Amino acid sequence: MTYLGRAYLFAMLFFLYTPIVVMMAMGFNESSLYEMPFSFSTKWYEALYQNTPLLTSGMNSIIIAIITAVIATSLGTMAAVALERRTFRGKSLLQLLLLPPIAIPWLITGTAMLVFFYWSGIGRGMHALLIGHVALAIPYVVLVVGTGFKTIRADLEEAAMSLGSTPVHAFFAVTLPLLYPSIIGAALFAFAVSLDQFVISYFLATPGYTTLPVQIYSAIRKGFTPEINAISTLLLLGSMGAILIFARFAKPGDVSDKR
Amino acid sequence: MTNVKVNSVAKTYGSVPVLRDITTEFPEGSFTSLLGPSGSGKTTLLRIVAGFIKPDEGIVMIGNSDVTEVPVWGRNIGMMFQSYALFPHMTVEQNVAFGLERRGIKGVEAKKQANQALEMVHLPDFGKRYPKQLSGGQQQRVALARAMVIKPSVLLLDEPLSALDRRLRQEMQVELLRIQRESGLTTIFVTHDQEEALTLSDKIAILDKGRIVQIGEPGEVYEKPLTRFAAEFLGDSNFLKGKVEGGAVRLADGTVVRASGALPADGADVTLAVRPEKMSVVSSLEEASNSIRARITTVIYAGQALSYLLVTPGGLQLKLFAQNKDGRVLSEGEVVTLAWSPEHTIAVAE
Repeated sequence: MTYLGRAYLFAMLFFLYTPIVVMMAMGFNESSLYEMPFSFSTKWYEALYQNTPLLTSGMNSIIIAIITAVIATSLGTMAAVALERRTFRGKSLLQLLLLPPIAIPWLITGTAMLVFFYWSGIGRGMHALLIGHVALAIPYVVLVVGTGFKTIRADLEEAAMSLGSTPVHAFFAVTLPLLYPSIIGAALFAFAVSLDQFVISYFLATPGYTTLPVQIYSAIRKGFTPEINAISTLLLLGSMGAILIFARFAKPGDVSDKR
Repeated sequence: MTNVKVNSVAKTYGSVPVLRDITTEFPEGSFTSLLGPSGSGKTTLLRIVAGFIKPDEGIVMIGNSDVTEVPVWGRNIGMMFQSYALFPHMTVEQNVAFGLERRGIKGVEAKKQANQALEMVHLPDFGKRYPKQLSGGQQQRVALARAMVIKPSVLLLDEPLSALDRRLRQEMQVELLRIQRESGLTTIFVTHDQEEALTLSDKIAILDKGRIVQIGEPGEVYEKPLTRFAAEFLGDSNFLKGKVEGGAVRLADGTVVRASGALPADGADVTLAVRPEKMSVVSSLEEASNSIRARITTVIYAGQALSYLLVTPGGLQLKLFAQNKDGRVLSEGEVVTLAWSPEHTIAVAE
């Protein structure tokens, strides 16, 4: 049984990581046609340095992802607080409506956004991308932060109030610090949702303002060069680094009140 | 030091009345238990005194001030929760100092007072640890220190010992009582554990369906229950139903039983309560005793004590508790005469 388990684990990691490793390695291969034998070269990274459209769209992607993460995390956290700790009219309806967007295919959401933005005059471009990405990321944030909330007992805030805290002080002194791991997790989620986003970005980008996935897609159509491997590698290392930093500093659930 | 008064307090959730017209006083320095089954309103009453719940009607007084409109954080209460409710991201010392800081006591002075409070609960040197590094009993001690360090006007305890195991619970009971006596704090204690209520309290208030059915000293409530519910919820009771006849009570099977205290007028239906440990098996009858013949149906051997279930020829079910003293254990099927004093026969309201 352990044998099977190990084999399964190995197969899973193999199929997950081999393509990524191959992709990274090919960025250092001299041949532009991905030919063997492998000969080490950094020429594609040098070429990437000159490839303004790819670099610009890469920067755009990161900037949009950061702004999306900040806005979606703030709004989503506030929504999660309201949904977990308050009662108000239409709460169950709101709770119900928050989740389906996660299940709706992005192609459909993207088409709907394009039609709506065109009709309402919002148009396309950076602002449209931002609105789209934030709207897309909020349900994830609410879900992650809301789950974090459920691990925090309500009587902690009551204890703080019995000791003289106003509800606002109790929230900031007790609940929020316990929520940090969830909030950071949610922010990373929002960042990833935005960075990954292709379909919606494809609809909402303009020729003058695109994101990396969209740029890569059009580059592939023209012809594949290992510069794409190079920028993918950089992006991958960046996101992995972020995840590792998160795992190091905020062990999820570590401070929650488990007994 | 202050007393607490509630006056005509009522609370309804939706259409369900949780508390109906509660008026009572918790005297200065007293330890009062609110005892009742779940849904009796005991926790709601405590939370109204704490200020977490606003009553629909009535007022709450702490000392001489009407605090009905004052929120929790303005009431200066010390509260202990069933789940301890220690802040997991703060050290023990920070937990205890939390309330001090809210009162403007900071730095060295807060540290000093926090450590004094930790000494009081026998946990000096624990200040730098985090709650999850402590055992349940230790966490509860920290919670007590945190509630006491702010010198509250009242101490409110919401079933704080129910999560502890039996031995620890008894240890904490002693500790709690010692600290409460030393501080002289007016204390209100919610529990559904009758033994705990009897051991700890100066006064016990028995709640049922949103009303206080009886309040008094433990001995008084136990010996002289006013209602069937009180007789049944605090301790155990045998109930004998009959009609009043010439100052005594005639049961359905014809047995005449005398009771203590006032009885209703002749011909009225009445229920008498008799504690199972007040009855005893006798061989010869004394003139002054009540008695009834019954057959033993079940023997429960519990080491130091014995309990028997019996049934009378008239079909009345009875319980009998006896000390395991002379080594004589009655056996099932034996027919015995039970006798008990009229003094221990109390008429209760249904």
